[in-house]
Amino acid sequence: MLLTQELVTASRLQFGLTAMYHWLFVPLTLGLGFLIAIMETKYYISKDEFWKKTTQFWSRIFAINFACGVATGIILEFEFGTNWSNYSWFVGDIFGAPLAIEGIFAFFMESTFFAVMYFGWGKVSKGFHLTSTWLTACGAAISALWILAANAWMQYPAGMQFNPATARSEMVNFWAVAFSPVAINKFSHSVTFGFVLGSIVVIGISSWYLLRNRDQKFARKSIKYASVFGLISCILLCTSGHKSAVTVSRYQPMKLAAMEGLYNGQKGTPLVGVGIINPAKTWNNNEQPYLFNISIPKGLSILTNCSANSFVPGISDIINGGYEYMAPDGSTKVAVPFAEKVKSGRIAIKALEVYNQIKDQTERGANGQKFLDETKKVFDENFENFGYGYMKNPEESIPPVAATFYSFRVMICLAAYFLFFLIISLLMSHKDGQAWDIKDDGKRWNLEKNKWFLVIAIISVPLAYICGECGWLVAEIGRQPWTIQNLLPVNAAVSGVSASNVYTTFIIFLVLFTTLLIAELSIIFRQIGKGPDGIKW
Amino acid sequence: MTTYHFLQLYWWALVSLLGALLVFLMFVQGGQTLLYGTAKNENQRNLLLTIFGHKWEITYTTLITFGGAAFASFPLFYSTSFGGAYWLWILILLVFVVQAFSYEFRNKEHNLLGKRAYDALLMINGWLGTILLGVAVGSFFTGANFNVDKMNITIQSANIISYWTNDWKGLELICNPINILLGVTVLFAARTLGFLYTINQCRRIGGEDAEQLAQRAGVQLKISALGFVVLFVVFVYDLFMMQGYRVNVADAVNVIGGQPGASGRIIPEAHVYLHNMLQVPWIMVLLVVGVIMVLVGLAGAIFCTHGRCALCKKCGIDPSSQCPFNKHAFYIVGFGVVFAVWAILLSAGFNDTAYYPSLFDPQNSLTLYNSSSSLYTLKVMTYVSIAVPFVVWYIAYAWSKMNANKGDKTDY
Ligand code: HDD
Ligand code: HEM
Ligand code: HEM
Repeated sequence: MLLTQELVTASRLQFGLTAMYHWLFVPLTLGLGFLIAIMETKYYISKDEFWKKTTQFWSRIFAINFACGVATGIILEFEFGTNWSNYSWFVGDIFGAPLAIEGIFAFFMESTFFAVMYFGWGKVSKGFHLTSTWLTACGAAISALWILAANAWMQYPAGMQFNPATARSEMVNFWAVAFSPVAINKFSHSVTFGFVLGSIVVIGISSWYLLRNRDQKFARKSIKYASVFGLISCILLCTSGHKSAVTVSRYQPMKLAAMEGLYNGQKGTPLVGVGIINPAKTWNNNEQPYLFNISIPKGLSILTNCSANSFVPGISDIINGGYEYMAPDGSTKVAVPFAEKVKSGRIAIKALEVYNQIKDQTERGANGQKFLDETKKVFDENFENFGYGYMKNPEESIPPVAATFYSFRVMICLAAYFLFFLIISLLMSHKDGQAWDIKDDGKRWNLEKNKWFLVIAIISVPLAYICGECGWLVAEIGRQPWTIQNLLPVNAAVSGVSASNVYTTFIIFLVLFTTLLIAELSIIFRQIGKGPDGIKW
Repeated sequence: MTTYHFLQLYWWALVSLLGALLVFLMFVQGGQTLLYGTAKNENQRNLLLTIFGHKWEITYTTLITFGGAAFASFPLFYSTSFGGAYWLWILILLVFVVQAFSYEFRNKEHNLLGKRAYDALLMINGWLGTILLGVAVGSFFTGANFNVDKMNITIQSANIISYWTNDWKGLELICNPINILLGVTVLFAARTLGFLYTINQCRRIGGEDAEQLAQRAGVQLKISALGFVVLFVVFVYDLFMMQGYRVNVADAVNVIGGQPGASGRIIPEAHVYLHNMLQVPWIMVLLVVGVIMVLVGLAGAIFCTHGRCALCKKCGIDPSSQCPFNKHAFYIVGFGVVFAVWAILLSAGFNDTAYYPSLFDPQNSLTLYNSSSSLYTLKVMTYVSIAVPFVVWYIAYAWSKMNANKGDKTDY
């Protein structure tokens, strides 16, 4: 069965499409879930019907969004098999466990208690209802934990050993898979992003009411709660983002180089603030990397290594090898050039083949144990470069630089913006209505009178979505060409179907998801239009 | 038996149980097929969807967990079947995906497509989802044209480990009469359970619409139940007559880095599933108990209304109260279905049977030995599976709390 590049492209497009649509719905589930739980706790304590109505309004939005998250999620799970069947075998032993745990622990929890949270008003006791709301929110977070452990493993394959007899990676340490440093950062970064997005959505929708001069109390209180929650989350988001960058520099130097558009590293590498990538630049020509850039001197070295004069390798350095770096186990190593890695990878692939031939003969009585052990040794020594064995040109090992670079810039710039926005929002909502400045008649801190703020708050909602999508673009495009870092490139991971099949399903999914999204937005806008009083429960 | 093989059996049993529960829980899909034909007006449709609306998430989540557990315990099945029978699985996916938002969207204003469109999607999910899933399960017995060679990974530019050797990519499975037979049987099972559940809930809810709905469901149940029983008997007969494949473990050489069974020759055997049931009698017992429960439950539902039948008179049930077989018919039939389906799925994989036969080359067939996860992973997941009863408990607890109250208003 011969592979075509077109099939690989089609499969990537399809998976990317589904994942990006899924990620339109997931963060709101994560963030809004906890905000609703907080609001309902307030209701439980204060017994004020106002809080009940507020909780119910946001629950309605939550439910509509939740349904879309569920619909897109199941497609992703099946797509591992339908579109990445080699990968499914190669990683199934490791990857399956988190996925199964996610199903058993998280999804049942989410869907059971979501049903109570949504349909249970008046049917179950208040305490049980509140517990259900919290459990729904926690279920979503737990599900994120496991799926992100799986994704992190693809960035940094920890806790495994390759078994040449079965031609797959086998798990040897569950905890190393579940709590690798990459997994922890991914979890904290993605989940806090969900919190920030949830807060910004709540602030944005509430601002619309204030602009319309309606449901003021509801809107003000919502903004107040969301601002506190959002700001705390945003600080954690940026911290975990920084940690993510540090782990990327450890485990995926090529991704870091692409994120920075860095071709030639140096001692004391600067950090590019804003810049335009020179499209003519390749890893081995002498063009300037940027057409324009503003950089912070030594910034990247400080950020990744906490040392101003440390060396950060660029794309060309990684291909040429020869520099010293710190390996994940803490030892200092000299980087191996691309050409050597390809050679070593080919040896590993060949050794795998030979191993299995001898193995078959040995099993059938021939005396090959010694030869078998030797082949295994050769295989083990070269296994870390296994995936390079499928490559020919150094270009194949470079991710799309511009896409990674710009996505990263967008995420970081928006991060700074959200931090600022949430601080303003917090100040506004907490001093709202107070005569902070007597001469001002309280005008300065009055949410309703500061229309500019309300408009900005509404515009921030789509920006938050863009930010999250860009984050994943950095993580996933920057990982190219690897499905599993250094072990399995995308073109050794696909299924044996034809590209035209995959393009057909791609179009079906595109139409389906787009219709779904339009319908969802249309319903949500209508629900917002009705407002908290218009919702019958 | 080695620990490793024990865990493979354990996980096959668990995945099969999930599959069996899924068939039971597809009473929701069955219920959706009643939307037009049984429900006669908008009120009744809303009522019907309220009845099933609370339950679809559990079915859906069971499907997802079934997928996740299959991936985790038998990854080679996942990659072979999903990547090979591409179109069949994509169709199943599409037909299930639409359910997730249709319930939520149909009764909302500005829902883009209109209520009827979402109803249509729910109907498609009900009619086709059941049949297609049955077809997919049928291929466990009828096999498929696929090739598996793990060493393909060492071939540059042609490194695909498992693939379908025809261009139909799973669509051919839908044309196999036995698969279709199983698919339609699942549909009838789902509809039968759907009727029973509707009757059950309508009684609880009460009111004119509910009564009408229950009455019509009661009439249609008879045809559906008859169809289900006949189709099931024909399927089991076919199953027992069928040829299957078995690994010859006794002659297998000692495998390096694996188990003996993984290298055993796979040999065709007539009546393999019948032999399995006879050689592992408790599976047969499970099947028989399941069938009896289905028959008893259906008889209770159809004949035993208010102690009028001869049996009820004999056992002296107060004619004014409801006969327990009638009252609990849904659960009796439902668990009967679980046992019967579980037994059938167990017979596909237990006793060294090849649970996914390759028609292209029987030696490529999937068995528990050659397709499972490693011992370590199976152990980890076995620890995890200890939590399953707890999960079942809290689901039951949450639902009993919800049902304790009269759900007299429509949610959808
Ligand atoms: C960080 C969070 C996160 C990420 C990266 C993903 N998901 Fe997800 N997923 C969730 C967080 C989540 C959630 C919050 O738990 C959802 C979203 C809305 C919902 O209903 O649950 C969900 C739903 C959801 C469902 C439906 C569950 C149900 O019925 O309750 C499935 C099958 C998946 N996802 C599978 C995947 C796969 C295979 C992914 C990887 C490619 C993936 N998700 C990425
Ligand atoms: C929801 C957030 C996610 C988004 C938005 C996202 C986005 C993407 C995109 C855009 C691609 C295509 C990259 C390219 O081909 O250039 C991709 C590929 C892929 N992602 Fe993700 N991803 C997400 C989460 C995950 C998770 C959690 C996993 C695994 C658990 C995962 C596994 C994969 C796989 C297997 C591929 C295909 C192979 C590849 O192209 O590397 N993704 N994703
Ligand atoms: C100073 C702040 C931030 C820094 C330094 C930062 C850094 C990073 C890095 C390095 C990655 C790639 C991780 C990987 O490839 O494994 C990443 C991913 C991501 N970022 Fe950020 N980020 C910041 C703020 C934000 C903000 C504000 C958002 C959204 C509002 C966001 C959303 C995401 C998402 C969704 C991902 C993908 C998930 C992941 O890989 O963990 N980030 N971020």
